[in-house]
Amino acid sequence: MTARIGVVTFPGSLDDRDTQRAIRLAGAEPVALWHKDKDLKQVDAVVLPGGFSYGDYLRAGAISRFSPVMETVIEEAKAGLPVLGICNGFQVLTEAHLLPGGMLGNDHLHFICRDQKLRVENAETSWTGDYRQGQEIHIPLKNMDGRYVADEYTLDKLEAEGRVVFRYLDFNPNGSLRDIAGITNEAGNVVGLMPHPEHAVEPLIGTGRTDGLPFFTSILKKLVNA
Amino acid sequence: MARVVVDVMLKPEILDPQGQAVQRALPRLGFDGISDVRQGKRFELEVDGPVDEAALARIHDLAESFLANTVIEDFTVKVEEAAEVAEAAK
Repeated sequence: MTARIGVVTFPGSLDDRDTQRAIRLAGAEPVALWHKDKDLKQVDAVVLPGGFSYGDYLRAGAISRFSPVMETVIEEAKAGLPVLGICNGFQVLTEAHLLPGGMLGNDHLHFICRDQKLRVENAETSWTGDYRQGQEIHIPLKNMDGRYVADEYTLDKLEAEGRVVFRYLDFNPNGSLRDIAGITNEAGNVVGLMPHPEHAVEPLIGTGRTDGLPFFTSILKKLVNA
Repeated sequence: MARVVVDVMLKPEILDPQGQAVQRALPRLGFDGISDVRQGKRFELEVDGPVDEAALARIHDLAESFLANTVIEDFTVKVEEAAEVAEAAK
């Protein structure tokens, strides 16, 4: 039986269908989850996709964090369910305190959309096993509130524990502290990042490369081998 | 009915580019001598019934868990006096 990976649609999610497609291309079965569902339909992993849930009112991700589906996701993530948050999904994960720190408006106050170079700093999370540590990849980035911040203590702790998963290379697009593009929780099952791997899974679109596909093959391999 | 005001501000150590953008526009508008601006949010909560200690405690919880993200923001909760409300309505 193939792995079932849930993709949550919040009101305002934009990249849920792209994420489902990326999951299918990787060989897993995407399962659509609705923000009002408390039930996760027995999925093996969950992706919180990009977009502007609830119009980013209050703070990006702050209202979604209290949706019925998130109650279950938070509980299950703490028990080890692999969860990936992309862009708005990353914002939801910090608001839910599944990941430390917070996300704020870009330091230049503009929306940004570009092909972004990243370095994979941790190839051992549930979602990054198919990368090599130190590998440099290009995937698209598009956000308004992409500035990752945390206090010095938290930043030092993340660095010391190898929990910075991706770092921006050559250009810091939003003022994120220490060029952090993505982080993981202590257990390595919850990962959040601002750039969009689901937009780089086919050579014809996005960056013209498929550097985002390993996210979805990593989790598949992880689940199959589990 | 009473009004409770929750003010939310980014923590002092966190860069506030919105506030900076406002501050940089000030000399152009002829306002000199303002060295820093920080922009926050104000929530006005109209509360049914008395704002007693229990109600304030609940609003404090609401502010702490939802209106503010205490990882990046500080907040204050204050009850607006009835007189002030009346004044503002004039």
